[in-house]
Amino acid sequence: MFDVFKIAGRNLSRYRRRTVLTLLLIVIGMVAVLLFMSVTGSFKDMMVGQITDSVLGHLEVHRKGYVASIDNLPLNLNLKPQAVTRIEEALKQIDAVQTWSPRVKFGGMYSNYAETTAIRINGVDPAREAATTPLLPGRIAEGRKGGSLVGKGEILIPLLLARGMKTNVGDTVVIVATNRDGSVNGKNFVVRGVLESISGPGGRDGYIHIDDARELLRMNEPEVSEIAIRLKNPALLDQTEARLRQALEGQTNKEGKPMLEVHSWADLSPFANLARMIDLMTVFIKVVLVSIVLVSVMNVMVMAVYERIREIGTIAAIGTPPRRILALFLGEGLLLGVIGTALGTAVSLALIYALNAWKLHFTFGQQQDLVLAPQIGVAQVVTIAAMVVGVALLASLQPAWKASRLDPIEALRHV
Amino acid sequence: MSLVKAQGLSKTYRAGDVEVQAVKSADFVIEPASFVAFVGPSGSGKSTLLNLIGCLDHPTSGTLTVLDTDISTLDRRASAHFRGRNIGFIFQDFNLVPVLTAYENIEYPLIMVQEWPAAKRREQVTRLLKAVGMEGQADKRPDQMSGGQKQRVAVARALVSNARLVLADEPTANLDHDTAYRIIDLMKKMRDEFGTTFVFSTHDPKIMSEAEVTFTLEDGRVVSTTDKREAAHV
Repeated sequence: MFDVFKIAGRNLSRYRRRTVLTLLLIVIGMVAVLLFMSVTGSFKDMMVGQITDSVLGHLEVHRKGYVASIDNLPLNLNLKPQAVTRIEEALKQIDAVQTWSPRVKFGGMYSNYAETTAIRINGVDPAREAATTPLLPGRIAEGRKGGSLVGKGEILIPLLLARGMKTNVGDTVVIVATNRDGSVNGKNFVVRGVLESISGPGGRDGYIHIDDARELLRMNEPEVSEIAIRLKNPALLDQTEARLRQALEGQTNKEGKPMLEVHSWADLSPFANLARMIDLMTVFIKVVLVSIVLVSVMNVMVMAVYERIREIGTIAAIGTPPRRILALFLGEGLLLGVIGTALGTAVSLALIYALNAWKLHFTFGQQQDLVLAPQIGVAQVVTIAAMVVGVALLASLQPAWKASRLDPIEALRHV
Repeated sequence: MSLVKAQGLSKTYRAGDVEVQAVKSADFVIEPASFVAFVGPSGSGKSTLLNLIGCLDHPTSGTLTVLDTDISTLDRRASAHFRGRNIGFIFQDFNLVPVLTAYENIEYPLIMVQEWPAAKRREQVTRLLKAVGMEGQADKRPDQMSGGQKQRVAVARALVSNARLVLADEPTANLDHDTAYRIIDLMKKMRDEFGTTFVFSTHDPKIMSEAEVTFTLEDGRVVSTTDKREAAHV
């Protein structure tokens, strides 16, 4: 078979310009797809990482109906301590779960004694929140970064609020909130730090200690608004979500209806739509690549068969079995695919390396000075390469089949 | 014992609504290691007869036995297999693969048809290159060879898989007279050296006189047979 490939290679060399142009098309297609996938994939991973690792976590558990009215941060839909215990027991049984963080969320008024504005507050256990959203401490743009994320009596405020309210680290501010019974309470906090903004949900959230939140809301028992969960491997998100949902479906209310709901970050963040758009565009550009390879290789192979009809007649006359003639032409298409893939991969990897070395900076939404760091996985490269080679082979099939079925006498008469 | 035997051999083509009887009730026998020519004007049926003998086509009626095989029983795949094992072809236009060297063109049937191992191929191709006097031109491609050299390579290619029968359709038509005689001499030499039967077609009277057995065709019929060997015996 190696000898057949050798002859196929020689045949490709007889129309050098045409072969080079076809290879060029395959290379350009490969580079377009791999670069697009690496850049958008890295951008998507970075944004998803920002969202999951600094705000949402990978999964969240709420009481049924909480997410539907999440804009109001309803206090009457908090999880009771018994429910929290049962959720935590379920989480302990799932190996894919790395850690979790209970949160008390509410809307309040933020005052610097001169001006007042609305704020969304997250009451968190500092250690568990830092473990669940490990990028959150890194978002502290001003203030003390080391040690506990936020202590009792301290508050982390978003950058937009700090600028708008002219608040600095160390200032004392007041948070006023209405609890579930409608009574209003206030508490002083010292600004511990200023959080730089990110796009999406949580970009305007402040953080206080969970005990302060419960005190402010005058809770009689340690209720929780949500439990944010971090997974060991984000790739197992869907399986883990399904498993957790299954584990919690037995938790029902008095009417026997499910009491809890599990959401992934994608359910909670508008960026998920952008991520889906990126995935859709990747599919589209793959279809374009398939079309380029299909049309260019098929064109070359149809021409090759047409121009070599007498030659095919000769090799058929001397006794070459039809399957060998088929293999010869399939070999030519396969070689085009393999060489194009190899060159395309090499050029793409070189460009990805160059982009990483170049360190392109860009701005996305509230986030500035992001560094473009395109990455591509071996599995992605192998998948695209296999797709291109497969399509090249497929494109050669019809011309190769036609060549193998030619009648030697007719072919030898061809002018 | 006959190598090729035809009895009442006919071949009819359909060209649109018109039936063309290219070969009409031909009877002939070709013996092993003979040097045979089918002669006649254009359209007399020479090429059709060679195609039938070469298992490239099937007779419409009559029987044709080649190497004890009734060729009308062979399907497409079996025909290809039979040709690859037993029959060599030489074409008027040489029909060498342009991107391959002389060596590779001769080696081609051993790779594509017979799948010989590399060492055995090398030995056989070298032997044939030497036999046709092309040992110094092994690396030349067809566009670097003269017509005579190309036909020498074609002769070697026809013989390389130890064919017992070589069919040559107007092998000298594209060559000048001197070269044509040299190719005919080469074919005879190969017949003597390898014991291969050579059957060729021609309409050149000087070339046809080189054949030992001549079948003259007119309008699809074998109208006369000349056997110089019988004459020599007498």
